[in-house]
Amino acid sequence: MSARLAPTPGQTVGPFFGYGMPYPGGPELVTPHSPGAIALFGRVLDGDGAPVPDAQLEIWQTDPRGSAPRATGSLRRDGLHFTGFGRAATDAEGAYRFWTLTPGARPGAAPFIAAIVFARGLQDKLHTRIYLPDDTTALVADPLLSSLAPTERATLVAERTAEGWLRHDIRLQGEGETVFLAYR
Amino acid sequence: MLEAGHPLCDAEAVTDTQTALSAEIAARHAEYEAAVAGGAPRATGPLLDFAPYRSSILRHPTKNPKLVDPETIELVSPAFGQRDVGELEADLTIQHSGEPLGQRIVVSGRVLDDLGHPVRGQLVEIWQANAGGRYIHQRDQHPAPLDPNFTGAGRCLTDDDGAYRFTTIKPGAYPWRNHANAWRPAHIHFSLFGNAFTQRIVTQMYFPGDPLFALDPIYQSIPEQSARDRLVSSYDHELTSPEWALGYRWDIILTGPQATWFEPEGGEA
Repeated sequence: MSARLAPTPGQTVGPFFGYGMPYPGGPELVTPHSPGAIALFGRVLDGDGAPVPDAQLEIWQTDPRGSAPRATGSLRRDGLHFTGFGRAATDAEGAYRFWTLTPGARPGAAPFIAAIVFARGLQDKLHTRIYLPDDTTALVADPLLSSLAPTERATLVAERTAEGWLRHDIRLQGEGETVFLAYR
Repeated sequence: MLEAGHPLCDAEAVTDTQTALSAEIAARHAEYEAAVAGGAPRATGPLLDFAPYRSSILRHPTKNPKLVDPETIELVSPAFGQRDVGELEADLTIQHSGEPLGQRIVVSGRVLDDLGHPVRGQLVEIWQANAGGRYIHQRDQHPAPLDPNFTGAGRCLTDDDGAYRFTTIKPGAYPWRNHANAWRPAHIHFSLFGNAFTQRIVTQMYFPGDPLFALDPIYQSIPEQSARDRLVSSYDHELTSPEWALGYRWDIILTGPQATWFEPEGGEA
């Protein structure tokens, strides 16, 4: 096959993505508080630990059986099919919140939610993962997590709240900086 | 002179002149070239750590990204369909009762992966300023007029050739407060999904020959001229419609990991 084509560079989403990207129902992959629904929430923070009020998170995940959803309709949800994709802008306190289902995984593998961060001031997308905290054996065996120092690993694993929800902060820079990913 | 309290009079931001800012850009590019000379790989995209774009200073990671083998979910992409995008959403000039002001344009091109395969049936989203360089967003306090007939957001799905097509208005240049007398080159924001989630990008398309390119710290955050050039559309007379709209062509190449998962496609290696 011929040489690979040079990629189109990314650029920041800038300050005005708010009327171009968010859409009604974007953060709600499932109806809040419906059976099986969990909240995934947290904050996006900058190098001073200050909230980033103009960031946007996208999540993409398997369904509870561990399959990649193939259903269309993430932009206009039909309430029947789980599409696996959601988009949430942060609010004035840098907070985001999704309602989704618990992702599944291959037997023995650690389930995670793939995530991309965009923000004003951030020149390009950042990929990361949000691992579920529950299966500690699978987390220890995970190829990515096991290659990280404990402090780095902690930035990729969500915290389970008393309500059974998932709390996860993203730190763009500095102490506790989230581990971001490039793919082989 | 702007009076104190004017939305464009921001005491913090207006202290740096364009001359000083341009010197900072040149110094950062020189630093990058020195790193390349020292063996660092050439960049294909922007430098995240690019202080001339002031908002990036506290918002760029300081560590290199961790290189990882993608899992299956990362090798596929969300699926979008006709349910997601209305047919009229690709025409930004018909979203209101009247015609928007400005130069009507058609922007079209193909979304391809790095082997040249079309990215089919995927979502393309755009947003932009109006002809006067004003965004409809509440945070935009640029005192250019809003256009009641122009919102500036559109969507479409790529076809079987990976092609997209929007009808819109040529956006104006946009003043911002990164430094004194800072202006962004006219641009349209593009959001693209590929065949894999790893290929996802958000970027900006520019127009050929813009005199603001050299001055803009966002465009110049990409240190390689050849990479910057890939964000610039070309005027295409074949796309131009007589007595109707000027045509601009812009193809987009999405790259992902070597292990990109392809839908089976006869005979292609």
